[in-house]
Amino acid sequence: MSGSRERVLARVRAALADVPRAEEPEDVAVPRGYARAHTPVELVELLVDRLEDYKALTRRVSEADLPEEIAAALARRSVGRVVVPTDLPGEWTSRVDAAVLTDEALDIAALDAADGVLTGCAVVAAETGTIVLDAGPAQGRRALTLVPDYHLCVVRVDQIVPDVPDAVSRLDPSRPLTWISGPSATSDIELDRVEGVHGPRTLEVLIVE
Amino acid sequence: MSGTFLGMPPFPQAAGIATGDAQLRHNLRKATHTIRGRRASVVGELDDWAELRAAGKAIKDRTLRHLDVYLERLEETVTAAGGHVHWAADAAEANAIVTRLVKATGETEVVKVKSMATQEIELNEALAEAGITAYETDLAELIVQLGEDRPSHILVPAIHRNRAEIREIFDRTMSDWGVPAPEDLSDDPRALAEAARVHLREKFLTTRVAVSGANFAVADTGTLVVLESEGNGRMCLTLPETLISVVGIEKLVPTWQDLEVFMQLLPRSSTGERMNPYTSTWTGVTPGDGPREFHLVLLDNGRTDVLADEVGRQSLRCIRCSACLNICPVYERAGGHAYGSVYPGPIGAILTPQLRGTSSELDASLPYASSLCGACYEVCPVAIDIPEVLVHLRGKVTQGKGHAAERAAMGAAGWVLGDEKRLGLAQRAAGRARNLVPRRLPGPGAAWTDTRDIPDIPAESFRDWWAGHEKEKKKGGGR
Repeated sequence: MSGSRERVLARVRAALADVPRAEEPEDVAVPRGYARAHTPVELVELLVDRLEDYKALTRRVSEADLPEEIAAALARRSVGRVVVPTDLPGEWTSRVDAAVLTDEALDIAALDAADGVLTGCAVVAAETGTIVLDAGPAQGRRALTLVPDYHLCVVRVDQIVPDVPDAVSRLDPSRPLTWISGPSATSDIELDRVEGVHGPRTLEVLIVE
Repeated sequence: MSGTFLGMPPFPQAAGIATGDAQLRHNLRKATHTIRGRRASVVGELDDWAELRAAGKAIKDRTLRHLDVYLERLEETVTAAGGHVHWAADAAEANAIVTRLVKATGETEVVKVKSMATQEIELNEALAEAGITAYETDLAELIVQLGEDRPSHILVPAIHRNRAEIREIFDRTMSDWGVPAPEDLSDDPRALAEAARVHLREKFLTTRVAVSGANFAVADTGTLVVLESEGNGRMCLTLPETLISVVGIEKLVPTWQDLEVFMQLLPRSSTGERMNPYTSTWTGVTPGDGPREFHLVLLDNGRTDVLADEVGRQSLRCIRCSACLNICPVYERAGGHAYGSVYPGPIGAILTPQLRGTSSELDASLPYASSLCGACYEVCPVAIDIPEVLVHLRGKVTQGKGHAAERAAMGAAGWVLGDEKRLGLAQRAAGRARNLVPRRLPGPGAAWTDTRDIPDIPAESFRDWWAGHEKEKKKGGGR
């Protein structure tokens, strides 16, 4: 269905009559003198600072303690049913008391009835405290981390990059991406920031060192 | 319902009414000062802000100067990823396309992500006429929709409402639209956000069609990008079966890498955060994850007119952050409604008259809704020289049929100022007649003096004073 395709394109071309015919898009120089990274401190320290600023919960844990820490986090929240993607490493839930619902095409009602979701992530930008999920390993489809009210996310240090430019370059845009910077929030009422609206109202991050 | 801006009085009149509203001025002052401070703090953190701004400007200039190339590329990449691309020359055409697409699904309800483009084309009203109900899901948009109000800010459309007014709107109207507000609803923002969560939850989980806009569309990859805070965007972009995105043709960026610039510029300029809570990006459709059908409606609706103006073209760099509104002394006092458009503030004062033309009195008055202080240019993350465009548009307005009295007055002034003798005579005549000058000019000058004070005319002109002073000096041997 083209609708007014030719009409709009013709108008665009007529509007650009002043642009020399020989000019190529690349002839318009884009100065990229901006920084790849901003804050020269240890990345984990920076990430924790940023996440806490967004009122996310954070814990730095060791690889060996991860199953225990996951179980403890879910217990602290009194999570009875936790949703996990199909390819979540089995040992992550090995100590969990809650019922584990693996996402074998769970319907929305089932997701809504769950108390929380446990996932990994793809890339993390420390400077902005941004966790990116790309539906890759241990992450599942987008709805999983959206409908339940509590998101427990495991971040490995090798997934952390300093800032936005490195995060963008590591990501594959053909995958559906969700960038998460803290729990859902709004400032729509008198610009007073309130954490927790439609997305998970609590985000907890376990950083595995 | 006052959902449209048709028939609005020109800016000076509307602003005059708004500045008399003490509650509105209080709400606006509080909000704009808060967000100004937040923006300044997170922008100040980045020592390369000037470089990011220069890159953002250049990327948008590259896109705009070769927009036909990038539009065709985007059409190709979106289609290759399983999406459908539609082209709309104007609002009526865009509304017809969206209405047809919704009808084809058999559904009569859609959930909406906050989108300036769909407000601009008044999509909700068009859908309503076709028997389709559109539910706004952004908290501020919900407040505006339930209150049968108009948006007054790009980022925070209900910025003119305080918590007590919002509580009253929720309490009174939520039951008409679905889940009612709790009986003991307080005016605590937390309680109000919770009421919105409960009210919209069922809509999110059951509605099968969503309508969105987009902050960016990446030509090379066919990727659409939506930045948001509440999770209502993710709900609409992920849970329904059909997604329809209405996107202005100026929203394109050439490459995925370009987002590394805008994802730093936009959140810091807009909400004053290092990063907004949620950003979703999608490329066509992904089996088993999100909507099964994706439609992209590319919207012109006056944008090519803006593109054709070599001075005005830079207005299309706008990424709708609203930093210029928050810093503007005129916006802070007049509020957003006075601009009579979904695009208020300094960016609205240049965008609206270019998109709609200046044939109405309101649109012709917008380029004058500024003191030309330049604060908007300073904070603009893509360096739109708003004062330059304002002055350019004032020129166009005075060349056209608008503001004829001002043009006549300037012509007369040119005649007087052009000759030394004429000027001297005019000044002496004015000095003698100064007690006779009314506070308000008669005839066509009346509108001008309604909003301006006539300066006091001194008894003696500077030129006469100087001549006399020099004479005295010679007599008395100087001081």
